[in-house]
Amino acid sequence: MTSPHPRARSIRPRRRLALTAAVTASLAALTACSGGSGSGDPSSDGGAAGEYGFETATQDPSAAITVWVDASREPAAQAFMQAHPDVPVTVETYDGGADGSGSFQTKVEAFNQAGSGWPDVVFSTQNNDAAWASQGNDPFAAPLDKGYFDSSFLDGFTPGALNPTTVDDTVYGLRNDLAPTVLWYDKALMDQFGYEVPTTWEEYQALGEKVAAEHPGYIIGDVGDTFAEEIYFWSAKAPVNVVTGADEFSADTSDPKAVAMATLIDTLLDADVLALDSVFSPEFVQKYTGKVLMLPGPVWYSGALFSNADSLNAQPGTIAAGLPLAWDGEEPAAGNVGGGTWYISRHSANLEAAKTFLEFVTSDDAYQVDMAPGLPAFKAAGDKWLANQEATGFFAAGFADTVSTAAGQVWDGWGFPRFSQEAVWAKTVTPELAAGTSLVDLLPDWETAITNEAQANGYQVP
Amino acid sequence: MSDVVTDSSAPVAAPAEGRPRAAAPGPGPGPAPRARITGRWARVSYLFVSGYVVFLAVFGVLPTLYALRMSVVDDQGAFVGTENFARAFADFRFLPAVAHVGAFLGLWLVSLMVLVTLLALIVHGIGRRWLSSGVRFVYYIPGALAGASSVVLWLFVLNPTVSPVSAVLHALGLETFVQTVSPGNLPVVFAVIAFWTGAGGWIVVMYGALNGISVEVLEAAKLDGAGAVRTALNIQLPMLRKWISYMAIMSLAAGTQLFVEPRVLSQASHAVVPVDYSLNQLAYLFAFKQQDLNGSAAIAVTLLVVSLGLSVVFVVRGGLFERD
Repeated sequence: MTSPHPRARSIRPRRRLALTAAVTASLAALTACSGGSGSGDPSSDGGAAGEYGFETATQDPSAAITVWVDASREPAAQAFMQAHPDVPVTVETYDGGADGSGSFQTKVEAFNQAGSGWPDVVFSTQNNDAAWASQGNDPFAAPLDKGYFDSSFLDGFTPGALNPTTVDDTVYGLRNDLAPTVLWYDKALMDQFGYEVPTTWEEYQALGEKVAAEHPGYIIGDVGDTFAEEIYFWSAKAPVNVVTGADEFSADTSDPKAVAMATLIDTLLDADVLALDSVFSPEFVQKYTGKVLMLPGPVWYSGALFSNADSLNAQPGTIAAGLPLAWDGEEPAAGNVGGGTWYISRHSANLEAAKTFLEFVTSDDAYQVDMAPGLPAFKAAGDKWLANQEATGFFAAGFADTVSTAAGQVWDGWGFPRFSQEAVWAKTVTPELAAGTSLVDLLPDWETAITNEAQANGYQVP
Repeated sequence: MSDVVTDSSAPVAAPAEGRPRAAAPGPGPGPAPRARITGRWARVSYLFVSGYVVFLAVFGVLPTLYALRMSVVDDQGAFVGTENFARAFADFRFLPAVAHVGAFLGLWLVSLMVLVTLLALIVHGIGRRWLSSGVRFVYYIPGALAGASSVVLWLFVLNPTVSPVSAVLHALGLETFVQTVSPGNLPVVFAVIAFWTGAGGWIVVMYGALNGISVEVLEAAKLDGAGAVRTALNIQLPMLRKWISYMAIMSLAAGTQLFVEPRVLSQASHAVVPVDYSLNQLAYLFAFKQQDLNGSAAIAVTLLVVSLGLSVVFVVRGGLFERD
């Protein structure tokens, strides 16, 4: 449930206030045990911007909070409801904004027009939502570090984890998981074929050509997903998504690094060692189970693909994570694919419950350590998660160290603009690659599409 | 039209869509009485149309006026003339969206008008009653799957891996879903989906219209030596003219508003079908992604003007409002 828009508040019956006060008394104990220290009087009418750093709506500690999650995060909400049966939660699933569908933003803008209806808590699979959710006449996301959340809690996140949700030094959302890219490889197959794990893109390409000649049918990567640019071009340090100011943006696909990466992908596509199917498609599973020699990709491939009975379903002990690749003679850099984010609505009528929820889903062992499919962004949970993964022995030795290292190597030259690079890539590049066009030839079109999108979203592009 | 035709009544079938017919001649065969309706009955007729008028005003006319106003002011309410239109037209997604919708409409309207009329004539020509009604029912079934649900069904049909007609897709050189929904194929894909969903209903309407043609006329034609084809071309088609225009107008209005199909396909194809494919999607993005409601209104008004203009052509050419 959400409270009405500030504009509508003036016509609200006074009766509601009295009711709120009455309910407050009976529920005082409840709020006390939900960890809400320093939350102030929950019955205090909104308006004052002071305490939390934003204008709060009228609070009602008995109000159910509406939580939007994608299908993969539904277990998080379920785990919360089990751990906190006293907090009323309404869970609604949506697409999570996947592939840059923008559904989170478009729905919120519609609610802004209506002046009511906002969800209290939203999970997004994208990490660029703070760029719009913190802005505008009626910003959606509540600032979290201006008195709302304890700084000791926020400090518990892995350094840099909150960068995507931080705008003008204010934190607007919490990171669910970290998603640096690593070089996944099948250790058993690599040993069997007698190959060394590459450490540079040049070695990677050379090995790909070797695989094509010696073991055709095996793949060393996949470019069929909307986030292929975040795996390959982000970690190649290609300046195609550079946010230089609040309203300034630049993209240069003719940069040598972008061209080098496009050439590499073209070469390997010609050699038939890169797949063009989405890793989530049944075709991918059907064609490449047991045929994936290497696969650069985010950490969450671990649970989403390798140890997933419905996907590649790898044998325990065969899959290993390798360090992100470097250009010859340079420092290695990791890309990043998502790593979901959680936001709280400024309009929430039950900020205490929303806070309890967010603290649980981002840091509680019951979800992040025991159930989460990806590397938790909350440091303590992340360490335990890695130790657990290591202990199961599913991944070959060194998994935890590699992932920790990769998490610190994410290239910081890739920005978080108000539009989705994934959507631009999907509509401009994916169908053309499927039709056999060379990626190098597509680079100018891609740049045009990116800069067009940036301009349409209010960025100045030089 | 011949004199004989003049006396024929309007087809008895009601239109599939919920709009009342604009100028329906009186019921029953024979010379329709054109007597003036007066007094009490006139007042009752106002009562009958009042429900429609109220809803038309609240959900049709008022929003249109609101959009017209919004399209010429800025977000502060100050008059800006054609600025919103200029901004919308200059948007890099506008012309591609116009081309997409235009290609889809061209394919769909032509196939709808030709195939529906043809199929209706064939069904009407079937002598066996059970077969004719059976075929009509089968045609009509897809229409029961509304909007998004029919697209979901098509997601399977269009995916060569799981499609029941994968042989056809493979024969067309389509090996993956991404290839099937590549930009060049989309107008055809949407036209096929729209035809499959909507044609059945229109065939039933056309069938009703054909039933309205009096038996005497058809028998006279037969006595004069006209075969099935000649009867169709010279008697039935001219008398279906209004109904074909009516179908064209309704379909045009629906087609220019293409939204659900690309939206669902976009999610299913992981954004390979872009979220800004059609004009209506672009208006949606303007309003709810760029917070530019005035630009969105400008696109909506443009759509309205174009659809109205084309509808006028169909009305005039199709003689929709002519009273015999």
